[in-house]
Amino acid sequence: MSWPPLFPLPIDPATAILLIPAIGVLLLVGLPSYKLGSRFNVLFAFATFLSSLYLLVERPPLGRYLFVDDLNIVFIVLGGFVAVTTSVFSASYIGHELETGRLTPTNQRFYHAMYQALIFSMNLALLANNIGLMWVAIELATMTTVLMVGMYRTHAALEAAWKYFILGSVGIALALFGTILVYMAAQPVLGEGYDSMVWTTLVAKAHELSPDLLNVAFVFLMLGYGTKVGLAPLHAWLPDAHAEGPTPISAVLSGLLLNVALYAVLRFKMLLSANPNAIAPGPLMVVLGLVSLIFAAFMLYRRRDIKRMFAYSSIEHMGIITFAFGMGGPLANFAGLLHMTMHSLTKSAIFFAVGHIAQVKGTQRLAEIRGLTESHPALGWGLVIGVVAIAGMPPLGIFMSEFLVVSSTFARQPLLAVPLVFGLMVGFGALMLRLTQVAFGEPSGGMAPVEASYVPLYSHLALVVGAGIYLPGPLVAWFQNVARLLG
Amino acid sequence: MERFLLDVAHLLAGGLVLTSFMLLYQTRMSSLLAVFALQAVVLTLSVAWQAHVQNAPHLYITAGIALVLKAIIIPYALSRVVRSLGIHRSIETVGGIGPTMLAGMGCVALSMVVMLKATATANPLAREDLAFALSVVLLGLLMMVTRRNAVSQIVGFMSIENGLILAAAGAKGMPLVVEISVAFSVLVAFIVIGVFLFRIRERFDSVELQALDDFRGERR
Repeated sequence: MSWPPLFPLPIDPATAILLIPAIGVLLLVGLPSYKLGSRFNVLFAFATFLSSLYLLVERPPLGRYLFVDDLNIVFIVLGGFVAVTTSVFSASYIGHELETGRLTPTNQRFYHAMYQALIFSMNLALLANNIGLMWVAIELATMTTVLMVGMYRTHAALEAAWKYFILGSVGIALALFGTILVYMAAQPVLGEGYDSMVWTTLVAKAHELSPDLLNVAFVFLMLGYGTKVGLAPLHAWLPDAHAEGPTPISAVLSGLLLNVALYAVLRFKMLLSANPNAIAPGPLMVVLGLVSLIFAAFMLYRRRDIKRMFAYSSIEHMGIITFAFGMGGPLANFAGLLHMTMHSLTKSAIFFAVGHIAQVKGTQRLAEIRGLTESHPALGWGLVIGVVAIAGMPPLGIFMSEFLVVSSTFARQPLLAVPLVFGLMVGFGALMLRLTQVAFGEPSGGMAPVEASYVPLYSHLALVVGAGIYLPGPLVAWFQNVARLLG
Repeated sequence: MERFLLDVAHLLAGGLVLTSFMLLYQTRMSSLLAVFALQAVVLTLSVAWQAHVQNAPHLYITAGIALVLKAIIIPYALSRVVRSLGIHRSIETVGGIGPTMLAGMGCVALSMVVMLKATATANPLAREDLAFALSVVLLGLLMMVTRRNAVSQIVGFMSIENGLILAAAGAKGMPLVVEISVAFSVLVAFIVIGVFLFRIRERFDSVELQALDDFRGERR
C-alpha cells in the first residue's frame, strides 16, 4: 500500500525518525531548565511521530541497513504515538517530582536526554535491516531504560535497576549467540560478509539455510529476546523495573519496549517459517505465552503495590500476544497485532493514571488507596475505564482482540483454548477485585487536586473505546495484510 | 599446515573452556579476578589466532580490546572496588563446588552434543569454536546462578561475553564483530562504573532475607 508523495521532503522519513531523537539527545543533555527541557522533549517526540506518519505515505527505498515494510510501520507508528503522549504526561510528572525534591535538576536533564535516546534506539531496532544492528539497538534500549529505572537512587530503585541489568544482559547475550548462529547458517548460502546478516536477503533465501542451525538459533533467540518481552519464567526483572522507576518509564516499558523485543522474535519466527525443514516456531511461543499468562494471572492476586500489579498484568498480556502469534495463521496473527496495539494504548493510559494517583496519595500501596472516584473523579473514572478495558470487558478494544484469540484457538486447537480462557478468567477476577477496592468506597489519603492535563490519559482511552466499537476499514485491511505476511 | 592451524585454534578454544571451569571453583575474590584475567589472555590469543587463520585484520582490534580492557583494566578496577568497598574476600556459593563442577561438565557435554550435530556441514574450524563457545556461555550462566555476590556475577557475565566473542570470531567473515565487541565493552564498563558510583554495598555483602523481602515490594 503506498500513495504518491504529497510533497518532497529534504530527507527521507526513515532517516528523520532516527535523526530527530538523536539531535534531541544532544540538545536536551545540555538544557538546564526543566520547563524548556520538558517542552523540547514533547516537541522532539512529536516531530518523530509526524515523520513516522509520513512513512505511511512515502517509503524510502530498501537499504542495506534500514528498511521499511508493512510490519515494522505498525510498530513504529504505535511507538511514536505512545512516546508523544508519554512525553506530555512526563512533563507534569517530572515537574511534580522536582517540586517534592525526589529528583534534582541534573536528574531531569539526564532523564530527558535518555528519553530521546530510548526513542532513537527503539526506532533503530525496528528499522534495522541487519540482525546485528538490531541486536545493538536493543542493547542500547536496555541500557537507557536501566539508567532511568535506577534514577531515584533509593535502595529499592538501585536493586531493581541491577536486577534488570543483569537479567537483561543475560537475555541480550543469549540473543547474540542466536544471531551468530543465524549468520553461520546463512554464510554457506549467502557468502561471507554483510549479505548474510541482512533481513531481506535472509528471508528470500530462508529455504536454503541449514535447518539444524536455525533450530538451535531460534531457541537462543526466543529465550534471549523473550527475556526482554517479559515472558515467564524469564520475567523476574519486569515487576521491579516497573515499580521502582519513574512512572513515565513504566508506561514506555510496557507500551513500547516489550513490543520492540516481541518484534525481534516475530522477525525470526518469519525466518523459520520460511524454511520448510526447520522446526515450527509456533509451539515454543504458545507454551511460553500460556505459562506467562497463567502465572501472571495468579500473581495478580498477591500484589500490594499498584505499579507492580499492573506490571504483572503486562506479563499476562505479553503472554496472550505471544500465544496468538505462536498459533499463527491469518486470524490469530490479526488478533495478536490488534491485542498488541490495544494493550500498548491501554496499559500506558493506566500508568498515566497510576502516576498521578501515586503523586496525590503519596503512596503506591494498594491498601492505602481508597475511593478514588469520590476524591478525584476524573482520575478515578479514568482508571476504572482503563482497568475495565485491560481486564477484557466488552465492548472495549481488548475484549475484541481477546475474543478473536480465543475463537481462533477454539476453531483450530480446542484443547489449548481451555488453559487460555482459564488464565483470562483468573486475571479478570484479580483486576476487578482490586479495582473495586481502589476506586470505590470511603476515600483515603491525600485529597489535593491533580495539577496535570488529562489529555494523554483520555486520548488513549478514547482510542481504546473507539476501537472496541468501530475499527476503520483501512486499518483492518492493513492488519490483515501484515497478518498474512507473518504466516 | 591446515591441520596445524586447526589444532592450535582447537587448543586455544579448549583453554578458554578450561579457564571457565577454573572460575567455577575459586573461593577467594582475588584469585577469581586473577583467573578471569587469565581467561581474557587466552581469549586474546584465540581471537588473534582466528585473525591470522582467516586473514581478517579487523579481528586483531577485537583481540586488542580483549587484552587491554578485560585482562588489565577491568580486573584491576574490580579489585579496587573489592578493596575500597570492603567486600568480603571469600565468595559465597549456592550448592557446593562438587555439584557445580558436575553441572558444568553436563553443560559442556550438552553443548558438544547440540552444536556438533547442528553444524555437521559447517567448516570444521568454526564448528569446534562454536561448540566450545557455547560451553563457555553455559558455564558463565552457571556461575551467575551459583554465585550470590555481585562482583562474581559480573565476572560470570563477562565470561559469557568471552564465549560470545569467541563464537563471533570463529564465524568466518562475520561483519560487525568489532562493533559488537565494542558494544559489549561499553556494557561492561557501565557495570563497573555503576558499581563505583552507586556503591550498592549491601548487594555485594549479604543476601539477608529481610533485604530480599523489601526488594520484592512485599514490605509491610
